Amino acid sequence: MRDVTQIFHKLSERFAEKIVRLETQNVDPWIEVESTSIALVGFFLRDEADLLFRMLNCITAVDYPPSKIPDETNDWGRLELIYHLTSLDYGSRLVLKVVLPRWKDNVPGRLPEVPTVSPVWPTATWHEREIFDLMGVYFVGHPDLRRILCPEDWEGHPLRKDYEMPREYHGIPLK
Amino acid sequence: MAKQQSILPAEQWESFDIQTEELLVNMGPQHPSTHGVLRLVLRTRGETVLELTPFIGYLHRCAEKIGENVSAQQWIPYTDRLDYLAAMNMNLGWALTVEKLLGMTVPERGRHLRVALVELDRIASHLVAVGTYALDLGNFTPFMYCFREREKILNLFEQISGARLTFSFIVAGGVRADAPAGWVEACREFLDQLPTTLSQVHHLLSTNAIFVRRTAGIGVLTKELAIGYGCSGPVLRASGVQWDLRRHGEPIYTSLYEDYHFEIAAPNPSGRYPPAEELPLPPPEAVVGDCWHRYFVRMYEIHQAAKLVRQALEKYEDSGGPVGSPIKHTHKLPKGEAYLETECPRGQMGFFVVGRDSPVPWRVRARSSSFCNLSVLPELCRGAFIADVPAILGSLDIVLGEVDR
Repeated sequence: MRDVTQIFHKLSERFAEKIVRLETQNVDPWIEVESTSIALVGFFLRDEADLLFRMLNCITAVDYPPSKIPDETNDWGRLELIYHLTSLDYGSRLVLKVVLPRWKDNVPGRLPEVPTVSPVWPTATWHEREIFDLMGVYFVGHPDLRRILCPEDWEGHPLRKDYEMPREYHGIPLK
Repeated sequence: MAKQQSILPAEQWESFDIQTEELLVNMGPQHPSTHGVLRLVLRTRGETVLELTPFIGYLHRCAEKIGENVSAQQWIPYTDRLDYLAAMNMNLGWALTVEKLLGMTVPERGRHLRVALVELDRIASHLVAVGTYALDLGNFTPFMYCFREREKILNLFEQISGARLTFSFIVAGGVRADAPAGWVEACREFLDQLPTTLSQVHHLLSTNAIFVRRTAGIGVLTKELAIGYGCSGPVLRASGVQWDLRRHGEPIYTSLYEDYHFEIAAPNPSGRYPPAEELPLPPPEAVVGDCWHRYFVRMYEIHQAAKLVRQALEKYEDSGGPVGSPIKHTHKLPKGEAYLETECPRGQMGFFVVGRDSPVPWRVRARSSSFCNLSVLPELCRGAFIADVPAILGSLDIVLGEVDR
């Protein structure tokens, strides 16, 4: 199955309201999935005989803080997780999107939570560690959620838009 | 007086219980066979690796964060420094991603020049991979041969772009300049003498009994594992997956190669490659997905890339018109998101860009092929000998600049 609209309908049949919407205006069309069911949708996409999205290429997190650039879709801050999938068997590509609050329960410092997809695609283990490290998303059920690029005792999540560089790190001036 | 203990007869040696303890062995971050700053912690029992944990991030330079603070065109030099052994391929990946978001196309002459450049860089990159791999396994000569040939490619790049490693030459909109007079001839001269060196390398490595013993059947990566871990490029193809983005990628990328002829370098289930000019046959010990095949896929790709460069030079000369011109730094990126993967020497390098009606992208993401290829290392090394760890790591051919970004 190559057409994103067909895939969207197939997913909607199976997961009903958990599949939020289909966006076709973008260069790469995407399907938005409710955050709690991303792993289940992942298993379905990987194993269903006419989908077989066995490769997870990339997970990207994008931060939209509640501020400077007002636009109609930006309802006061959100984080987006974008999953790029490939089916080697059918040569098709798919983009999934999950929208999260920037902080859990809107309490700054409490990381937003989303189920891990590492049981579906083992490559997600490292991608999710990277997102946890740089963007501050907590992946529930992840086998080994540690920082990966920054040192273990680094504070904050550097790719967040409101991140402020610390003045020093173990006596090394950073500014 | 205690009776003196006699040495056990040979047939009882195996039953003699030697006390072995688990031992943590640290490799790196400065280790000659890690090709950069990578730290591996091995939990070993005797000579066997029970568990391997990679630690990365020593070369993290905040490339993605920088990308959010400079315009799309200004980020080109930063892509050079991701995979610094294949900077042309990195430039092309980012340039195409921006072009995809903008909905641009590049004139035909520029397209063929781009193919010639990235395929030349693929040869250069694979020569480093093969040469240093031989060095890891204690074979010094091929390293010198490979670097001698690579040097010639770098000279060609210097003639056209002025730089030897960090070119910033392929940019969104086209390439920075047309090739200087005599450049195409110089390329052809290089290609004419390349097969001699390649056959020497084949003699020294592909069929060399010691090299085969060190690589054949070592670190076997199954198809399922390779796909599950997002491996790509030669690592994926060596496991027998017929997948090459130059043929199976998105239209904006495959259109570069649509009228070119080349074979996808992947062994079939019996370990045979598509027929090509006088290449040695795989040794009987080699198993699809092992270190030997990962090495040989790269050698095979060098031959194919050389063919592609020849075709590209011919088409470049035949096509007239401009080679395209770089977009301006102030060129606004429209609202939208674009993701594109290209087939770089180390695998599928993906770039993701979010535009917001501004020349500066809202978000830039680099999906690194080495990052994913490295993540499968713990699986490959479990149960291997310590001495095989450099052999397995070398066969994955990672560049830490790309892993850590």
